[in-house]
Amino acid sequence: MFSGPLTFAGLGPHFPILQVVIPLIAAPLAVFIGVTSIAFLLAFAASIASLIISYSLLMQVIDGSIISYHIGGWAPPWGIEYRVDAANAFVLLIISAISTVVLPYAKTSIEREIRASAHTLFYACYLLCFTGLLGMVITGDAFNVFVFLEISSLSTYVLVALGAERDKRALTAAFNYLIMGTIGATFFVIGLGLLYMMTGTLNMADLGERLPALSDNRTVQTAFGFIVVGMGLKLAIYPLHLWLPNAYTYAPSAVTAFLAATATKAAIYVLMRFMFSVFAPDFTAATGALNLIILPFAVIAMFAASIIAVFQADLKKTLAYSSIAQIGYMLLGIGYFSHSGITATMIHLFNHAVTKAALFMAVGAIIYQTGTSFIPKLAGLGKQMPWTSAAIVASGLSLIGIPGTAGFISKWVLINGAFEKGWWWMAMLIVASSLIAVIYVWQVVETLYLKKPVGDVVVKEAPLSLLIPTWILVFASIYFGLDTELTLSSARAAADALLGAAPLAAGAGS
Amino acid sequence: MSIELSLILTLLIPLLAAWANMIFRNHENLRDGATFIASILLFGVVVNLLRQHAVSPDISVELLSVMPGLTITLSAEPLGLLFATIASGLWIITHIFGVGYMRGNNEEHHTRFFTSFSLAIFATMGIAFSANMFTLFIFYELLTVSTYPLVAHKQTMDAKKGARTYLGILMGTSIGFLLVAIIWTWHLTGTLDFVKGGILEGKIEGPLVAVLLALYVFGIGKAAIMPFHRWLPAAMVAPTPVSALLHAVAVVKAGVFTMLKVGIYIFGIDFLSTTGASEWLIWLASASILIASLIAMTKDNLKARLAYSTISQLSYITLGMALATSMGALGGGMHIAMHAMGKITLFMCAGSIYVATQKTKVSEMTGLGRVMPFTFIAFFIGALSIIGLPPLGGSWGKWLLIVGAADAGQQVAIAVLMISSLLNVAYLLPIVGKGFFLANPEPKPAAVGSAISPKSKIAEAPLMVVLPPVLTAIGCLLLFFYAGHIQEFLMPIVTSGK
Repeated sequence: MFSGPLTFAGLGPHFPILQVVIPLIAAPLAVFIGVTSIAFLLAFAASIASLIISYSLLMQVIDGSIISYHIGGWAPPWGIEYRVDAANAFVLLIISAISTVVLPYAKTSIEREIRASAHTLFYACYLLCFTGLLGMVITGDAFNVFVFLEISSLSTYVLVALGAERDKRALTAAFNYLIMGTIGATFFVIGLGLLYMMTGTLNMADLGERLPALSDNRTVQTAFGFIVVGMGLKLAIYPLHLWLPNAYTYAPSAVTAFLAATATKAAIYVLMRFMFSVFAPDFTAATGALNLIILPFAVIAMFAASIIAVFQADLKKTLAYSSIAQIGYMLLGIGYFSHSGITATMIHLFNHAVTKAALFMAVGAIIYQTGTSFIPKLAGLGKQMPWTSAAIVASGLSLIGIPGTAGFISKWVLINGAFEKGWWWMAMLIVASSLIAVIYVWQVVETLYLKKPVGDVVVKEAPLSLLIPTWILVFASIYFGLDTELTLSSARAAADALLGAAPLAAGAGS
Repeated sequence: MSIELSLILTLLIPLLAAWANMIFRNHENLRDGATFIASILLFGVVVNLLRQHAVSPDISVELLSVMPGLTITLSAEPLGLLFATIASGLWIITHIFGVGYMRGNNEEHHTRFFTSFSLAIFATMGIAFSANMFTLFIFYELLTVSTYPLVAHKQTMDAKKGARTYLGILMGTSIGFLLVAIIWTWHLTGTLDFVKGGILEGKIEGPLVAVLLALYVFGIGKAAIMPFHRWLPAAMVAPTPVSALLHAVAVVKAGVFTMLKVGIYIFGIDFLSTTGASEWLIWLASASILIASLIAMTKDNLKARLAYSTISQLSYITLGMALATSMGALGGGMHIAMHAMGKITLFMCAGSIYVATQKTKVSEMTGLGRVMPFTFIAFFIGALSIIGLPPLGGSWGKWLLIVGAADAGQQVAIAVLMISSLLNVAYLLPIVGKGFFLANPEPKPAAVGSAISPKSKIAEAPLMVVLPPVLTAIGCLLLFFYAGHIQEFLMPIVTSGK
């Protein structure tokens, strides 16, 4: 397998597999070594390696080329193929970048949230989850997606349940997620089974070639339904979102930050990959899934979840519902069924990952110092934890989409896409729903800055080990609002890659 | 100093002032002194720009390219220069007033106050010098966010409620309408640059022009056109220096300034005039002028009365744009300067009265004129300027607007402007009259007035509070004689076409 000399450059051709294998190997090592600090270093090193690899992969494919890596030298469709193009390289970069920032934060954060004896296990599960997310994004094999989906899901259940140290409700949240996640995975694998039955292949590129001929086939259409619903559960499309608020709220802070920024994003990528690459875009449009399911539910999510977020008393839950609303924006981009729509989705994947991770990390810093994220108890923290509070305000502005922040760029591209389709009413809906975000963000700002603290407990600012990672992401959420060179070009390249050369059927989405 | 450098300095100086405020948060005098120096420097740079502009216009600085075609770019053009000159000049005066007011009133959180204030000036400069709608929008939103802590300053229930209304309406309209309008324009034309003669001609037609204009007009909530005016009275819970500089000059003028920019450089006066898309706006602005004046008459709280007066006066400028004639646009631009000088005088007088007597209601101010003659004379002059009587600056703005209305053949607008002047007389002059000619009903001196008998002795507010309104009152007088220069200076915005 390793044909070239074992130098860094020689490893280059093997980057696709190393992307997945490095964290995968680091995970059991973390448990075997059993020393927390070494386990952390191992995880952190694996994460940095993944970041370097994903960045170099993205730079290789951003011009539109494709890297096809054959595992064990077995050529597809028999062997498993890892297939990297601009779309998944961009998502890989998001996942590994977020992980690299979250890990040092996690080291401090879990000290007060998880008992010391479980720390190595935490790192192992974290790495497995990380592996799973990277795997389901990078692979070019449909069944392999399912395998990695399960790896990430199973480890996520454990990670969420680890929040039980702080709040016992984490256990029911994890159990809920387990049930829903398993149903989702089952739907997904049933869909795959049906596809395999009809085509005799599981390679995604291969499927993409064979399925157009079968587009009238009922079994294939059923498979499509199963796959969309299965992935829909994982990415929390509005009525399938029930697992998300509690899982995000009761999971340890670092886990929430990581999951909110990456898990749903990976699932959205997979959904798009299936909708536009495995099944042909025309087929997807013809099923009506975009107009009848994705679009309406996206709009409902934008409004309903935002409104629910306004009425939450726990800040983490507010942000969790806000995530569901933001997923609505991403789905909206898919629903446009246009190049600029997919671009909007891809760029929002990135911008929202950065913004929401920053928010959850800032809230985690508050939990670290005060033990709670209950909004009324945050009164007056603006003075006591100035940096943490400022981080919440800055990333909150990005969540709303104030110009000069990453969130604004997403909104700009998304609204521009709506005008391109002539859907001016959709533009109005988008801005109207983002106004609800003003309400729930500002409630928090008012509480932090304008209310007198309850009691006379002196709260200190969070330690630097929490603040620095948080502020890296806060700066990123501002930086990417001012310089969109990387994000916009990557998102465009990703949209090219997903839609391929296939011209979109005229008016199919309108 | 090159124009490029000057443009960057206009942003950098207030930003540094904000930073210095935070650094020197424990040294009152150092902190306020630093801001004072910054305000003088800023004014110097803007005046310098004014001079350089005459030599070489059309220079712009690109700070950042956010997306291809979307850049943060600064440039100087007459309207923006006028706005920046007014805002930066009045910043010096308001800062003196503000320091006197905050200390005289024992307000808290001085550092937060002055930091936010400098940031607001930073945003204002950004608006004044933005070379495209995108840049303008960024600074427009920044202005909203940076003034929010100022409105909520007192942290009472009222202040929080007021600040919520403030943020809610300003952000609601700007994201809900203005952003849509901007992206729509971007979609239609592929550019957002401010170009003489507008960029929309030929790209959009029929009733959609009026729809797009409506999105802009209602989106620019800072111009306080009815029915999106509620934030301005709500903002009056802020300390008076904020009401004076921000809610009589910087914020509201940023609104009408944006309105004029959109009218002149996005749509183009000729395009508006040929399509008639702004016809409805003439009616709306007229209604806004009259209704706000009528409401002002019912307000007993002096600052609330002044706020409604501002709403009415802002609609003059919107009206100037809606008339779609070059005289109207010129009058609008002129009125930005004239009203700023007059209204800031009135607000600072209100602040001076509050510092000296803690009184906020008009009905309590009878007889005060004899106690505080300087304040009340300044108020009188400011009021006459707002009403539009010569020899005060305010008369020219109104004059040009009336000429513009005549050019457009809008007799109704002329009538509205006349009636509004009468209404101004009715709600502003009684304050002065009562102050001078009625006796103070209070038999005993007020607690704050200490042992001084309110009938005979003069008991003005501290010098730092009284001097600024006197200066701006003199400014109103001077503007009358320099109006010709201003008009000449503004001329290029409406002539020489594309």
